[in-house]
Amino acid sequence: MVEAFSPSLEAPLEADVRPLATARRGDRGVIVRVTGVSGAAEAVAADELERRLLEMGFVEGAAIEVLHEGLFGRDPIAVRVDDTRVALRRREADAVSVKFDGQ
Amino acid sequence: MTTDTVAAPLEAAPVTTPTARVALVGNPNAGKTALFNALTGSRQKVANYAGVTVERKEGVLTTPAGRQMRVLDLPGTYSLRARSPDEVVTRDAVLGKLSGEDAPEALICVADATNLRLVLRLVLELKQVGRPFVLALNMYDIAQRQGLRIDLERLSQEIGAPIVTTVATRKRGLSELLEQVEAIVAARKPELAAENVWHEPTPSEIRAAHAQAERIFKACVKPPERPDTITGKIDGVLLHPVAGLLILVALMFVMFQAVFTWAAPIMDGIDGLFAAVVEFANAHLPAGLLTSFVADGLIAGVGSVLVFLPQILILFFFILLLEDSGYMTRAAFLLDKLMGVAGLHGRAFIPLLSSFACAIPGIMSTRVIDSKQDRLTTILIAPLMTCSARIPVYTLIIGAFIPRTTVWGGLSLQGLVMFGLFAVGIVSALVVSTIIRRIFWRGTVEPFMMELPTYRWPEPRNVLMNLWTRARIFLSRAGRIIMPLMVLVWVLSTFPYPPEGATGPAIDYSIAGRLGQFLAPLMAPIGFNWQMTVALIPGMAAREVAVAVLGTVYAVGGEDGETGALSTLLKNQWSLATALSFLAWYVFAPQCLPTLGVVKRETNSWVWPTVMFVYMVGLAYLAAFIVYHTAVALGAG
Ligand SMILES: Nc1nc2c(ncn2[C@@H]2O[C@H](COP(=O)(O)OP(=O)(O)O)[C@@H](O)[C@H]2O)c(=O)[nH]1
Ligand SMILES: [Mg+2]
Repeated sequence: MVEAFSPSLEAPLEADVRPLATARRGDRGVIVRVTGVSGAAEAVAADELERRLLEMGFVEGAAIEVLHEGLFGRDPIAVRVDDTRVALRRREADAVSVKFDGQ
Repeated sequence: MTTDTVAAPLEAAPVTTPTARVALVGNPNAGKTALFNALTGSRQKVANYAGVTVERKEGVLTTPAGRQMRVLDLPGTYSLRARSPDEVVTRDAVLGKLSGEDAPEALICVADATNLRLVLRLVLELKQVGRPFVLALNMYDIAQRQGLRIDLERLSQEIGAPIVTTVATRKRGLSELLEQVEAIVAARKPELAAENVWHEPTPSEIRAAHAQAERIFKACVKPPERPDTITGKIDGVLLHPVAGLLILVALMFVMFQAVFTWAAPIMDGIDGLFAAVVEFANAHLPAGLLTSFVADGLIAGVGSVLVFLPQILILFFFILLLEDSGYMTRAAFLLDKLMGVAGLHGRAFIPLLSSFACAIPGIMSTRVIDSKQDRLTTILIAPLMTCSARIPVYTLIIGAFIPRTTVWGGLSLQGLVMFGLFAVGIVSALVVSTIIRRIFWRGTVEPFMMELPTYRWPEPRNVLMNLWTRARIFLSRAGRIIMPLMVLVWVLSTFPYPPEGATGPAIDYSIAGRLGQFLAPLMAPIGFNWQMTVALIPGMAAREVAVAVLGTVYAVGGEDGETGALSTLLKNQWSLATALSFLAWYVFAPQCLPTLGVVKRETNSWVWPTVMFVYMVGLAYLAAFIVYHTAVALGAG
């Protein structure tokens, strides 16, 4: 039922800023932008997703690190946001843009 | 609030000091339930909030000052901006807008002292509501072990509320906490409560609140000297893509075995005990209607409720361990993608796995799924998992009709058929789930986002207390609906009596018998004769009952229907096509009123049991029809 997920192809803000959805295990960085993802398949509006992400600590300036990836399609992912461990799908992680370290 | 309440009567408050109402709020896993248990002990009752299926847990305590206090354990949340039915309850309770409830006079905000960032933002929201609150810095034992330093005075000033440090699992800090709450309640000056200026925050307001929370956090909390590194290490193994999944499978295997086998002797014991009581009643009470009602209706009805209790307790014991240790969210993480293929939430695996033992504990455990849609989907497909009550039926028919031969170099044909029946159940569950997603929820995907809490050793006393709560909930909820249904089945298969000099078994003349004969033409296209149709009606009590009823209808071997004799008889009476059709029927048919009753209880509406009944009967008829006619065409008629 869930159509294959593909990270958004919007032009990145800066060279090393990418959606969290594209990150791999071990990647670290700082969140630079949180938006929402809208689409027909989403149960919640983009604005709602943005607020949920913010409430879970995904806020601009927070340090982020990808801790684990699932087996199938490397999805979902577990990340550390500041001190909090959070699991989320790459579909939602697409709404978080991260400036990754050392790239 | 519904009247669906249990156990420990809440004593009436003395007239002199008015009873105070307090509610516990906080992030998930902060220790709200542990604190609730520590505060109220066994003086708890569980019910549902009016009109919704959210659990309402309230307890009573007496403060050192002698005041009665009612404490409400609210569902965990990260924000007052409710996103699920559970969180709506929390929001409305905090705002004092919950229908049928009085507003609490004070709130206790429970925070995990080692994880303050997110809760501080919630605290800022609470402040806007203006209802006085106390911040309970829970898990203070862990904070101290980590060498975490929190400037309590400064923090209290910043948030404008008193702070108490607590260790819920060791009952530390409780009297100080109650003192603070007492002070708020005793003051009870309306002018003390600030005006409610809370509204749903916009994204930019959430960002602003975050910034403020971050500033408070930095000012008051020194990073721990010995931060927790164990959780990371454990996760390295348990969340490993391959090893993690293997460990999960092993864990699930143990759990399944336990629910399936540990419970069996206890269930047999309960069954035997009630059978003996029924026999005793039949033997010692004067024969007649009343005795039959007491013995076969009431006592057997109570027995049919209690017989589920061992499985429920074992299942919930494991679930509580998984939840309290912090593993549950990891399991959901590991399985999310797999389950997602069929549109199911990662957490649906526990209910579905348990449904192989029995759909009733399975359906009751769907509470671990937060989203209402995901929960309903799981409830609807749970009965398609082959439960243990189907096995006697399968064994009887397979024993009678499938030859004891081996195929494909050593595989038992009978075993293969049994396996096939299990497999058909699973596959159809996945297909139905996919379809439900498309029809009811139009393929929408709820975001999957959850905190992975720090690992903790489950506290035995806390686990036992929560287990006791589960048992009480089951006995009151399921009991109240399963019992009457059992009595109904008894009435249907007892009345009216057979006429004088009747030759056939009594059930033929009862309503159930007549209904069966009336429905028989409807079942003829799938190869069922009227005896089979009659057996289906009392068989609604529980799937395995059909075996006994077939015995009665065919008048072999008395009450229990000796399986050997019955098996030979069926072999002579039924064609192979009919037998296969009966098996196909049993894979899908909702031949279990208790399950439908529990669905009604868990969803708080007759809509979902009706949907379940209709779709399962439809599937069963379709499957039996196809199987029967295919078999006839192949010459098995
Ligand atoms: N060490 C320690 N563990 C605690 C404390 N309070 C709760 N826990 C444990 O934390 C876990 C989550 O607690 P629970 O009450 O279920 O949290 P809730 O989600 O807020 O209701 C359980 O394993 C509790 O035993 C505490 O003060 N100290
Ligand atoms: Mg709780």
